[in-house]
Amino acid sequence: MNLFRFFSRPQSAPAARERLQVLLAHERASTGDVDLINKLRDEILKAISKHMQVDDEKVTIKMERGAQVSTLAVDIEIPFDAGKKAA
Amino acid sequence: MGKVIVVTSGKGGVGKTTSTAALGAALAQGGDKVVVVDFDVGLRNLDLVMGAERRVVYDLVNVIQGEAKLTQALIRDKRVETLYLLPASQTRDKDNLTPEGVEKVIAALKNAFDWVICDSPAGIERGATLAMRHADVAIVVTNPEVSSVRDSDRIIGLLDSKTLKAENGERMEKHLLLTRYDAARAERGDMLKVDDVLEILSIPLLGIIPESTDVLRASNVGAPVTLADNRCAPALAYFEAVRRLKGENLPVTIPGDKRSFLGKIFGRKAA
Repeated sequence: MNLFRFFSRPQSAPAARERLQVLLAHERASTGDVDLINKLRDEILKAISKHMQVDDEKVTIKMERGAQVSTLAVDIEIPFDAGKKAA
Repeated sequence: MGKVIVVTSGKGGVGKTTSTAALGAALAQGGDKVVVVDFDVGLRNLDLVMGAERRVVYDLVNVIQGEAKLTQALIRDKRVETLYLLPASQTRDKDNLTPEGVEKVIAALKNAFDWVICDSPAGIERGATLAMRHADVAIVVTNPEVSSVRDSDRIIGLLDSKTLKAENGERMEKHLLLTRYDAARAERGDMLKVDDVLEILSIPLLGIIPESTDVLRASNVGAPVTLADNRCAPALAYFEAVRRLKGENLPVTIPGDKRSFLGKIFGRKAA
């Protein structure tokens, strides 16, 4: 069993290499202290708060950085009377 | 009310981040609610060791500066439900960590989690002193090597003077975690022995983590070693350390004692 495990374990270094490449590509691309995805996040929230009162507790933001594509998911609960409050 | 632990060492590269991830995951694997907090602003790495580097949206500095809610900055582990990460900022300066801000964040985390584990940066500057400031318990990570032991001694001095507990005249609970231990080399007299280190630092031993390729393998794939392979020697050592941390009186075994090369292949569980 242990012998089998020893020989069958896949290499981990390729995973390390790939993870670092994705991470560093993002970190090097970021100029100053904000990169694009962070800037988008902030501006989307700013735009929304212009039209309605955003309750911080009702906003969920998820990010997944990939080699080719990154995703930014902003999930905002909009109350029925949100528009009136901001007006 | 949760317990606040600081994982510290003075010297860099001895295994603070690895140990924070492994201990945090081990506690969470036992069902406890755990958050691991990266205090290394500017040089964060806990996210990478935990495998969450692509999912960081907000960080500790954002929370302290009021730019994000704590709940928005916490990243839930994909493997263990009760394990969370609060990442450090990679781009901000560590001067953004204010004592008041850190106090607020730690207080909020204490209310929500059973364990708050703070991964201290190396050194004895602001980041390190803020990481230890609110701790109830300190884990001093040390390698059996002269410079690491010396720096640990310095850190123990700071734990006894610069923390809130010390300033209130209370005793800071300190534990030694000896990492990268190679029993064969210690036996040959080429490495400080456990007793040597214990005698010099004179704080109780939490565990001995053997030098092992499993630790590097785990960080390569972005998993705490207790999750990457829960039966490998370092994982078993971390699981035992966690039982001691929870108050169990468990004798410390020296891992990997007297093992041959074949023993390493066939007898991994014996470690």
